[in-house]
Amino acid sequence: MNSIDDMMGKHSVWLSGEGPKAHIVISTRIRLARNLEGHCFFHRADDKQRDATLEKLFKGVKKCARFKDGLFLLVKDVAEVDRAFLVERHLMSREHEAEPAHKGLVISKDESVSVMLNEEDHLRIQGIKSGLDIVDTWKMVDDLDTELSQYLPFAYSSKFGYLTSCPTNTGTGLRASVMLHLPALEMTDQIENVYDAVSKLGLTIRGFYGEGSETTGNFFQISNQVSLGHSETDILDNLERVINKVVAKEEDTRTFLMHNKKSEIADNIFRSYGTLKSARIITSREAIKLLSSVRLGVDLGVVKDVNKSLLNEILLVTQPGHLQKNGGQELTPYERDIKRADMIREKLGEK
Amino acid sequence: MKCEMCHLREATVHLTEVINNKVAKLSLCEECAKQKGEEMQSHFGLTDLLSSLMDFGSVTDERGIQTESTVQCPVCKMTYQDFQKHGKLGCSKCYDAFDKELSALLKKIHGADKHTGKIPFMGKQLVKDQETLQRLKKELQMLVRSEQFEKAVIMRDRIKELEKKLNVE
Repeated sequence: MNSIDDMMGKHSVWLSGEGPKAHIVISTRIRLARNLEGHCFFHRADDKQRDATLEKLFKGVKKCARFKDGLFLLVKDVAEVDRAFLVERHLMSREHEAEPAHKGLVISKDESVSVMLNEEDHLRIQGIKSGLDIVDTWKMVDDLDTELSQYLPFAYSSKFGYLTSCPTNTGTGLRASVMLHLPALEMTDQIENVYDAVSKLGLTIRGFYGEGSETTGNFFQISNQVSLGHSETDILDNLERVINKVVAKEEDTRTFLMHNKKSEIADNIFRSYGTLKSARIITSREAIKLLSSVRLGVDLGVVKDVNKSLLNEILLVTQPGHLQKNGGQELTPYERDIKRADMIREKLGEK
Repeated sequence: MKCEMCHLREATVHLTEVINNKVAKLSLCEECAKQKGEEMQSHFGLTDLLSSLMDFGSVTDERGIQTESTVQCPVCKMTYQDFQKHGKLGCSKCYDAFDKELSALLKKIHGADKHTGKIPFMGKQLVKDQETLQRLKKELQMLVRSEQFEKAVIMRDRIKELEKKLNVE
């Protein structure tokens, strides 16, 4: 992989629509926060120190077999459109993108692992997979972390574990996030219960991109909040148990709805499908909402002439960064809404 | 004034948030405010963190008198007051400098102040016995839970041996 442009034609691995429980779980993402011993944390360092740290980090990461043929980027050298593109592909955080000076990003050839350099912590090691695949995702990240620790001395104490800039990450430095599609629970006003249950178990639940306040299109992200005092395995085990419960609840509710409200559900799904196939102007928000509805239609076997990987692809390529990257130019929000509608019709085979 | 989130109900709660050093004021109705409150909590447990920072800014000395913590990190020169203001530590040595204060804070955030997970590979130096001991104990529990008793017996012996060695030292 030589450039960001090479990613353009490819799907993100986590959007393949495959993997365990893929009818409800979109993706599993795990990240580890690590810092270099003997270097001030990013926010405390001056520009010279930041650059020195960055150089050291790049050197260490380059030695990893995992990043052979990977992409090594200085974030400040990446065009704004490309940065948005990388954020949408979940390869970089919004914070990392927003202030690009002294920051680095390394992406493996298959986009399944990436490392942000000089983020809030010196290293944010991340792995992502499609479906509910906690064990494999953890193995991927754990192995990379072990390899990196041979080249880079991590800040660690036997009492507090891995030392991070923010005390909310201290200990394991681990945050695992699972993205779920929960339309049936949302429709039946049961999401509140999920919120309550999840927060009592040391987990949190958030919207589509893990930021901002509102959830969009019934996509939710559940992640662990506690990182200290429990081993990585225990944290992940707890998360997986809870996710499985939520998945089972969503499944039950879908069955219930199909049994009792089939016409209403089908009506709603086909109206959404119709709008997607006919609209001439569509916002990102509306598109996500409608795609969520059609996705449910596919999962329930109501909609038969479109598959989930196509819906996933549309979900990704209609986001602002991807739209602009595809068009090769910056677009105003209004222009994007038109382009988005055109693209959706084209992908769905409508003129 | 109408609520700035739902634009339906009358705003009765006025929130001030500081995001990236910018102050944002928000007028909300009771219902949206409650929602927003939960959200802030789920966002890194921010409110939780802040309130606990308040609690643990002072240290109680041997005579039971509360004093403001004046400790400073010898490496990056961050004071505990700086940390309280920003919520972020300056370097790994801050953890030693603010050990007592942080223990209390971490307990509040995570319900614990002692790491039990992964240990990094540090040069040629092998993992310390103390840490190995803790890991083995955990693994023993897992083995027992999954009813792998034969392996558990071997594990128990390893733990005993290690404990003996540590006690001698």
